[in-house]
Amino acid sequence: MADDTPVIDLRDVTKIYGHGEAEVRAMDGVNLTVAPGEFVALMGPSGSGKSTAMNMIGCLDSPTSGDYLFNGVHVGALDQTQRALLRRNYLGFVFQGFNLLARTSALDNVELPLIYKGLPAAERREQALDALDKVGLKGREHHDPSELSGGQQQRVAIARALVGDPQLILADEPTGNLDTKRSLEIMELLDKLNADEKITIVMVTHEEDMAAFAHRVIWMVDGRVERSGSHDEVFNHERRGS
Amino acid sequence: MIWETVRLAIQAIFRNALRSILTVLGIVIGVAAVIAMVTVGQGSSDQVTADVEKLGTNVLMVLPGAGRMGPGNNSVSAALEMRDIKALIDQLSSVRTAAPYNQTTLNAVYGTEDTRTSVAGTDARYLDVVDWPVVLGRSFLPTEENSGRAVCIIGETVRQELFGNTNPVGETVRLKNVACDVIGLLEAKGASSFGTDQDDIVLMPIKAFQRRVTGSTDISMIYVAASESVSTDRAVVDIEMLMRERRRIGDGEEDDFNVRDMKQLASMLTGITNVLTGLLSAVAAVSLLVGGIGIMNIMLVSVTERTREIGIRLAVGATANQVLLQFLVEAIVLSMIGGIVGILLGLGLAAVAANIMVIPFSPNPAIVAIAFLFSAAVGVIFGYFPARRAARMDPIEALRHQ
Repeated sequence: MADDTPVIDLRDVTKIYGHGEAEVRAMDGVNLTVAPGEFVALMGPSGSGKSTAMNMIGCLDSPTSGDYLFNGVHVGALDQTQRALLRRNYLGFVFQGFNLLARTSALDNVELPLIYKGLPAAERREQALDALDKVGLKGREHHDPSELSGGQQQRVAIARALVGDPQLILADEPTGNLDTKRSLEIMELLDKLNADEKITIVMVTHEEDMAAFAHRVIWMVDGRVERSGSHDEVFNHERRGS
Repeated sequence: MIWETVRLAIQAIFRNALRSILTVLGIVIGVAAVIAMVTVGQGSSDQVTADVEKLGTNVLMVLPGAGRMGPGNNSVSAALEMRDIKALIDQLSSVRTAAPYNQTTLNAVYGTEDTRTSVAGTDARYLDVVDWPVVLGRSFLPTEENSGRAVCIIGETVRQELFGNTNPVGETVRLKNVACDVIGLLEAKGASSFGTDQDDIVLMPIKAFQRRVTGSTDISMIYVAASESVSTDRAVVDIEMLMRERRRIGDGEEDDFNVRDMKQLASMLTGITNVLTGLLSAVAAVSLLVGGIGIMNIMLVSVTERTREIGIRLAVGATANQVLLQFLVEAIVLSMIGGIVGILLGLGLAAVAANIMVIPFSPNPAIVAIAFLFSAAVGVIFGYFPARRAARMDPIEALRHQ
């Protein structure tokens, strides 16, 4: 794998749901590349196809037409199990609603991906504690999600995304359920992971302030990429245009 | 990985303790029922065998009437006589001793107490044949047997009913309209393998019984003790030959009497017990099946309820097979726990029942093992469908599920 191979390379990707009258073109000829180490914000109004794009990038969905190359590998050619292995070894997910297992300690939540990797218990524990330390939750390992604040829960989720040593973290509105102060803390944490650990980050958000942390903003409308550029470029255009 | 999956399954089971209990209830009841049935059945079989051994395997019975045991035998045949008994004892070396036995049911009255009981006409040799000691008072004297005097020996149950714990010897009991002096009390024997109370009995000398109770000189049954030195089969053949001769049965004609051996009786009883045990176990096995359907039902609910959890697992890199395995193992562990609890409960019930029914408690390791394996199999069979449904979930849909 050469250094200049994009982590994400969407080529004319179209995704259609339903048929006939009910047909929805969630993605309509999307071309998009993300280079290693980038921090990209995926934005756009509701129904613009950014969530579909996110699922596509996360190998949870496959294109109706067009190609998706992850690190140069055709994801469309992979079967369900191979895609699961790809998620396990290269991807980390962070969700708006945290999606932690209830009644399960922070430590056990973070260990979850490592269980599927088949790591021995001692090693799992060590890596999970390490990940919790990185997100600033040292000492909260044995708390249940219900005993943690929203910001702390999202940190646990980030630790879970982080623990498998992923190449790419996909964050779907990671600050959507948090107040401004917590949101900024989470963004700083993601920024730090991007800078220190060289993890590529793709984040869906509808908050301009959060998008400001990204190197690049991709603006989607009606299943297409309308604009792509720095935060200021995109938003200055938005303000002038509409 | 498999141990890890089992650990996860146990965690998930205890996380939803109440639901888990309700889920396995069917399995618990099914397994407990099978185990209890089989164990009690085994116990009563053992009891029959023990009873027969206690009674003596050398005890034979001679009855008038042809054919096998059982109903549908209407042929009229000559009754037995006292002379037959004398001939059996005198002429056959394979017969140690023999006694007549006629039985009916009467009210026994003492003072204001009264009880319905079995009254049998026999003689002192009967107590020898069946090895039944008299614990208070004495057995019949030859003079009493010959004179037809109304005396009696009573069983423990009759004594309790009429006299309580007091000494009945020397008292007079009225049977029908016969005043009968109590001369002895029999040792308590408990219930027979038929379930009848052997101590609910009054014994009278045969002559008195014939004259005063039935008014006929017929003997309806002869108890025979075979000699220790010969096999009972040999004794049966000897008795049959002698009886044919005495009753003038020609060659080629069928016997108009039959000789029963306790071993036959035991195997018949054991056979009945086994059939009953089999039937009841089959019914219990159906409840196991129903229990399995219960597991499937709850596992389906559980899969739906945990859709989001499944989505999370798939997102963090679980393969469909790992999810399938997880839910399958959960169902198996759950039903095996149900199986273990059911086995313990079933053995407990059987122990209590054995205690009440006064039969031996005979747990059968093979049945316990089969019940355990069966409950695991129920988990596999009924857990597979829900697990497959979990494994086939679309992660996107699953994550969106509220």
